[in-house]
Amino acid sequence: MAMTLITTNTDTPGSATDSAFTSGIDNTYKLYIFKWYDVNPGTDDVNFTFNGSTDSGSSYNVTKATTHWSAYHAEDDGYAGKGYGASQDLSDSDDGTAFQPITGGIANDADASSAGELFLFNPSNTTYVKHFYYTANSYKNDSASANTFTGGYFNTTSAIDAIVFRFTSGDFTGTIKMYGVG
Amino acid sequence: MGIPTLIKTLPASGSTELAFVDGAASVTFDSTYDEYMFVFTDIHPENDSVYFEFQVNSTNDAGGDYDTSLITSTHVTAEHEEDNSGTPFVDVWTAGDLAQSANDQRLTDTVGNGSDESCAGIMHLFSPSSTTYIKHFYARVQQYHAGNRSICSHVAGYINDASYAIDEIQFKFSGGNIDDGVIQMYGIA
Repeated sequence: MAMTLITTNTDTPGSATDSAFTSGIDNTYKLYIFKWYDVNPGTDDVNFTFNGSTDSGSSYNVTKATTHWSAYHAEDDGYAGKGYGASQDLSDSDDGTAFQPITGGIANDADASSAGELFLFNPSNTTYVKHFYYTANSYKNDSASANTFTGGYFNTTSAIDAIVFRFTSGDFTGTIKMYGVG
Repeated sequence: MGIPTLIKTLPASGSTELAFVDGAASVTFDSTYDEYMFVFTDIHPENDSVYFEFQVNSTNDAGGDYDTSLITSTHVTAEHEEDNSGTPFVDVWTAGDLAQSANDQRLTDTVGNGSDESCAGIMHLFSPSSTTYIKHFYARVQQYHAGNRSICSHVAGYINDASYAIDEIQFKFSGGNIDDGVIQMYGIA
């Protein structure tokens, strides 16, 4: 066994606001990789986010402890830098069940989008927390490139059996693929 | 990324180390692949507050003690307390990097050994069979820190041994055994 495409979710304009993976996340693979391509929100200046579920997608509210940092550069060279994003991390005592921001303030211009990949390790184990991390690059609503890095864990010993992606508001277009590795 | 081919799965159970050696136990670690990928899952230490780390043997130290290959590396961590105390940050962690050192390369800060604590991640090693160039690697490892902190490590560097191939690699904690977890080795053509 190596790397296998399990599910492809394609969202079109006016479709559901969620891109949910509610089956196929089990003990078949040690590693699950979610890759998103050309994800474009219907609303301007919204965050692309994700969360996990321990009840097959009935609810998405698993406590997380995460870090978030980014490097960024404006198209007009007006600003550039890197830094920790304290408003986009989560902890047990700080809104830990909320959706984890992947990138904040994405533009909904016709050519704007986000792309990236999320790695989720052994989500079916019932002994340890479930580690994950992702890297994304996004076109911000102020015409800047933002490269974001988040790592963390679902702070539960219950199995994670569903993952959902959504924007903080509105629907979106794009494709998200789930792979199994191992 | 090319499609990875699973070469070997090593489960830990009170193991002092997990090693992948070319030609042993059905391991291929040679010029067959341009890139090797090691996936760490639920790596749980026997001891509390220990570093997860690696070293290699080149072909001029076959079967050696993983203590002669010189590594130069960088190590960046992003850290956040579970209870949101302190100030979360991202920064270079100089205690986790090496400069022409044969010490073990730290892939994490100190991992906790609480019943639900572990680390997980992926390391890529490029062209280890080259006898012309140094051998580059990078890793990203997420951990449950012994101080109840989420830490994500970004580690990169090279093994400064251009003349000899690398065909043995060992993973271990800085103290005690690897009590649980799995490391899978993949080849990427």
